[in-house]
Amino acid sequence: MQKSVIRVENLSKEYRFGVIGHGTLYKDVQSWWARFRGKEDPNSKITVHRGPARTGERFWALKDISFDVEEGQVLGIIGRNGAGKSTLLKILSRVTTPTLGHVKIRGRISSLLEVGTGFHPELTGRENVYLDGMIHGMTKAEINDKFDEIVDFSGIEKFIDTPVKRYSSGMNVRLGFAVAAHLKPEVLIVDEVLAVGDAEFRRKCLKKMQDVSAGGRTVLFVSHNMHAIRQLCHLGIVLEAGEIVHRGPTDEVVDKYLASSSSDQNLNEDILPGMHSHDNPDVQVYRIEVLDTDGQVIRSPKMKEDFCLKIYYKFNKSGTYTIAMAFWNANNVLIGRIAVPEKIRWLTGDEEDICTLTVKVNNVFLAGKHRILVALRDKYNILIDQIDNIFFEVQPLLLRGDAVRQDGVVQINSEWSAPVRLANKYSSQC
Amino acid sequence: MTEIETDSEKWDLVISPRRGWLDLNLKGIWIYRDLVLHFVKRDFVTFYKQTILGPLWYIIQPLLTTVVFTIVFGKIAKLPTNGVPGFIFYLSGTVSWGYFSDCLKETSDTFIKNSKIFGKVYFPRLTVPLSVVIINLVKFGIQFLLFLGFLVYFIVKGESVTPNLFILLLPVLLLQMAILGLGTGILISSMTTKYRDIHFLVGFGIQLWMYATPVVYSVSTVPEKIRFFYMLNPVASIVETFRHSFLGTGMVNGADILISWAVTILILISGIILFNRVDKTFMDTV
Repeated sequence: MQKSVIRVENLSKEYRFGVIGHGTLYKDVQSWWARFRGKEDPNSKITVHRGPARTGERFWALKDISFDVEEGQVLGIIGRNGAGKSTLLKILSRVTTPTLGHVKIRGRISSLLEVGTGFHPELTGRENVYLDGMIHGMTKAEINDKFDEIVDFSGIEKFIDTPVKRYSSGMNVRLGFAVAAHLKPEVLIVDEVLAVGDAEFRRKCLKKMQDVSAGGRTVLFVSHNMHAIRQLCHLGIVLEAGEIVHRGPTDEVVDKYLASSSSDQNLNEDILPGMHSHDNPDVQVYRIEVLDTDGQVIRSPKMKEDFCLKIYYKFNKSGTYTIAMAFWNANNVLIGRIAVPEKIRWLTGDEEDICTLTVKVNNVFLAGKHRILVALRDKYNILIDQIDNIFFEVQPLLLRGDAVRQDGVVQINSEWSAPVRLANKYSSQC
Repeated sequence: MTEIETDSEKWDLVISPRRGWLDLNLKGIWIYRDLVLHFVKRDFVTFYKQTILGPLWYIIQPLLTTVVFTIVFGKIAKLPTNGVPGFIFYLSGTVSWGYFSDCLKETSDTFIKNSKIFGKVYFPRLTVPLSVVIINLVKFGIQFLLFLGFLVYFIVKGESVTPNLFILLLPVLLLQMAILGLGTGILISSMTTKYRDIHFLVGFGIQLWMYATPVVYSVSTVPEKIRFFYMLNPVASIVETFRHSFLGTGMVNGADILISWAVTILILISGIILFNRVDKTFMDTV
């Protein structure tokens, strides 16, 4: 029998709204005075939360979570934003304390909630390797031993004696991850850091994670990327509103999770105000339709058939914006982005204007569910309005009655010409 | 995910909602001792990066302050210095007060200044204020050498400065200042997480506190009637003892030292209690 490395027992975390965190004594006195007179607290926050259950001013970010992770296991933690993943990781990495319950850990635990956190911009890369390593619990002797390895892994030997403030953000992340990857803890917590860096570096990181788990150590991996979760994790848990809703082998859990997320916003319907992941009273995208190339609204496009997306947006105040979109597949792999081209870049509108914008999309998508993100940005490239959970389904193409084999992320447009015979040993002797 | 194991097995770390009020986590700090030293090194190096005068700033600051004090309080206000040359009198006050006030000032924004990193990774939080106390000790050492230099100069010149055996108390004085600076600093830093107002009060408060401390005058000028209350300020006895041991002026009195220590310990204990409380929930409130 394997030995448990992490045991989470009845873990709960409660957050309170409104009462704490005013920041000034004046407001606290004001709230206290209002409550004293039996009036409504003028400072209580009105917070709209998707997901977490709320009771009055409190809500439980985590509710009675229990699980065990054994030595050498890689556990994937899946869930939508606000499901409690980050809270769980914060408790495990001891950044905050639980309200109820316990976590028991064997060995050293390190988290990669964000890499390069300990960096000081004025210090050189070399000095920062030491500083960051020590913040993450390494001793000086350990870092001395691994220093060359770390620098080698980061791939920025040339700049190791340059102050970090002159580094690009990519270099920062590389160096930070290099330190983190050499921590050698018994338990490693990884939170979506893999999203940064170029492809080559990302591959290096994934390999490192695999090495870590192959070396008999335990990894907790949080990601929205189902592809990476399937690849790396043995087991998974799905969190929803602070509770574990599914647990078990990764593939099973991921499938259940993907199936359950179908309750999201659909196309061809008005978007509910709460569906915006970022919003603003000035302008709002309120409907997205799928059309065929003739301009008829359709339910879902067929594979290989081009389609159009019609975006409806409403100005409550005059302004100038631009729109960009991004597409993901069911495994949450980014397929691509599109943006309004240069010549019609700016969409201007007056108060109360209702506008539409149609874009024809070259259908490279494979059959299945895809997610769209629509973002409105202003002239300063500041995000104004965003919806990131609109789904559309691409219908499979039937080839002699069977669905074409589906691998990869896109359908490559290809045209094959007929075979041409160049020569033949016998016919040339005529 | 088996749950057949017995709970009697040894776990290295148990994360639970509560922690002892006075739990200093000294073991944790010892494990992270390299980090404390590295924080010291970081702060020392980054202090004078991109400055022209570099570490000289450590000396310029007390020197200029003392010159101003000598002119304002010595020449213009003509406060008595008990026969000791004004310059060395004010310098002794500035240097000893400086160590305490710097410790206080720099530890008082521990949580605010480090909120980003505290929110991402765990390490014993006390390492940060501890490193501040240590780096200020280095700074004090440099300023103390300056003070010694002037002291020798005035002795050679034949002025009435008489260092005495109380000098042996110096390490005790330093320890007390460090404890006091740390205690007050973490007390304030814990409160600033909730009330930012206090943060603005610190700079101003330190200035006022200085005038309630015998930096620019001697305890002997404080009226007898309020002297008991005056000596409740724990720094008063420290600065006065420091000055007495090197310059031979001022009053050192066992009762005052005891009171001063009692207040110091009280502040340290309240500081630790509050710091521990804030440490647990800090990330949820900021």
